[in-house]
Amino acid sequence: MLETECKRLFLSGNEALCEGALYAGCDFYAGYPITPASEIIEILSKRMPALGRVSMQLEDEISSLAAVIGASLAGAKAMTATSGPGVSLMLENLGLAVMCEVPLVIANIMRGGPSTGLPTKPAQGDVMQARYGSHGDYELVALIPNSVQESFDLIIEAFNISEMLRTPVILLSSADVAHMRETVFIPEEGTIPVINRRVPSKVKTDFKPFDNNSPDLVPPMPIFGSGYNTHYTGLTHDEYGFPSDDPVVHTKLIERLKNKITNKLNEITKIDTKYLEDAELIVISYGSPSRAALQAAMDARDEGLKVGYIRLITLWPFPLKILKKLCESANKLLVLELNMGQIVNQVRLLGNENVYFYPKLGGTLYTPNEILSEIRRCLKK
Amino acid sequence: MMETAQKETKEREKHPLQKYFRKERFPTMFCPGCGNGIVMSAVMRAIDNLTHFNVDNTVFVSGIGCAGRIPGYILADSIHTTHGRAIPVATGIKMFNPDLEVIVFGGDGDITAIGGNHLLHAARRHIDLTVVCVNNLNYGLTGGQFSPTTPVGASTYTTPYGNIEGFFDFAELISLAGAAYSARWTTNHPRRITKSVEKALLKKGFAYVEVVSQCPTSFGRHNVSAKPKKFMEWLKSNSIHVDEVRDKCMTKIDVEGKLVIGEFIDVELPELTEEYKKLIEGIKDGTIKAKKPRLDWLELAIRA
Repeated sequence: MLETECKRLFLSGNEALCEGALYAGCDFYAGYPITPASEIIEILSKRMPALGRVSMQLEDEISSLAAVIGASLAGAKAMTATSGPGVSLMLENLGLAVMCEVPLVIANIMRGGPSTGLPTKPAQGDVMQARYGSHGDYELVALIPNSVQESFDLIIEAFNISEMLRTPVILLSSADVAHMRETVFIPEEGTIPVINRRVPSKVKTDFKPFDNNSPDLVPPMPIFGSGYNTHYTGLTHDEYGFPSDDPVVHTKLIERLKNKITNKLNEITKIDTKYLEDAELIVISYGSPSRAALQAAMDARDEGLKVGYIRLITLWPFPLKILKKLCESANKLLVLELNMGQIVNQVRLLGNENVYFYPKLGGTLYTPNEILSEIRRCLKK
Repeated sequence: MMETAQKETKEREKHPLQKYFRKERFPTMFCPGCGNGIVMSAVMRAIDNLTHFNVDNTVFVSGIGCAGRIPGYILADSIHTTHGRAIPVATGIKMFNPDLEVIVFGGDGDITAIGGNHLLHAARRHIDLTVVCVNNLNYGLTGGQFSPTTPVGASTYTTPYGNIEGFFDFAELISLAGAAYSARWTTNHPRRITKSVEKALLKKGFAYVEVVSQCPTSFGRHNVSAKPKKFMEWLKSNSIHVDEVRDKCMTKIDVEGKLVIGEFIDVELPELTEEYKKLIEGIKDGTIKAKKPRLDWLELAIRA
């Protein structure tokens, strides 16, 4: 894609995220103000009605996600944006969306926690919450951008995955990415593919809205008002959508909900890599710390140190096998996170001999020099 | 004999409301003597009476509880959501597609306790929803704990010494919060319920219809009577019409321990989805402009 064919804008991460959502065809937004995500609801409150789309502010985050679920069932491409405390409130309805297979996007602009924590400072403490927050066994997709451009790109990707797999997708941005400004290239409409959900083609008498034998394990989704008389429920349901406590029905349903996502792992996994060929030590990071990590890796290479760089873009489902292959030759891995250790536990599952962890708390970011000295320390061990 | 028996079965099959229900899912999960059946048929009769009304274009939304299971028996689009969140889910459906008629079913615990805030805000928003609250005076599905509508002094499993907390009169409260229509009846008044639901469905705006219902299994066993008939008689003898209360200027103390029934409010208010449509059109033709253009962050920084 030529840059001349794009609109060239100077935007903040949250602004780019809004542009991306509109580009993907988001036509319903419901949210509740929260730092550092408030700009999203402010921008969309202005933009959406002008485009004939719906944006609304609800009484809390619980009802925001509930309204998003309702709108999505009525046919909308729907999203909400919030921060950690808001996600905490949304988790029960997130489970409902997983169970009813409702496509939707939640943008979590991460800030320091727990509780009210550091509202204006970046952190990556909600990584495990995104994966395991709601109760029960489930699988969902989480993506994490490290730049303003990627905030635009990944929200489109999030909508595409959610519509393709009938699942909630979480976009984990953070306060720094959300508020920094960078140049963004926005291509013309139609340049980036936009995926829409599959709907059943005609009314059949024996229609199964939750058919376990659907292609890709994703049944086409009947929209409210289209004559399918579908019953959605958060209860364990059979293929027709009605409550059941049959052990076989439950097992098959939960397995399908998990498998429809894990089967697509290779397709949805995005990883950024550099200098891996002869790397003795690989720095693994995701989100904004990866920018300092890349600089540190470059500096290390200048010094003649054999250092590689991996940036995870798809965090969940965790691409264990793909990562294992990439890290095979390195006997040292250094994980960087703005938390006390969340993804590092997944990296330990790779089985590499030495996994080092260099966390950063306090709402501040890594500097390349900090990482470089940590790399030197690890290589000496 | 055989012929008459067959004829009788055929007659029974021809229940006038049968076409609205998922026959294969009957019998329902409700206890014998439960009031949910009365409410279910009274609501569907209202839909049947409104001839222009298309059930294919109607979505039934519910939360958790006994009454929350009602939409599962109705042959229409429906969603059984999380506890207390039926109204915000309905709000999302209605806002995105105002052509759909959205009806919320729920119990007193679901609608007025855990979902109480959503109920008040939906009324404040003037959104065109019809909420049918089946008030059985306690949490029936979980075995009989007290709810915000449990009468003072009543015994439940979580008020073993009698309820010492006050109770909410939501039919009254919701009329102050912005509802366009609010009514309360008991299961003794199926035709009044039907009439009220008809009005609620025709009303452009937020409409709330509460039905005080017998719960012989959970509430009745410890308080009024475990016999549905006796429970219903108690509901009837214990209720007083709101017109009488208002005519005689009766105070809260005068009606203590009584169920106030009747229509609490019936007004016309600007409806949210219509207002939103006007907003979209206004922006399009330039008659409506954003009042406070947002100052750019960078601009602010430069000024500072």
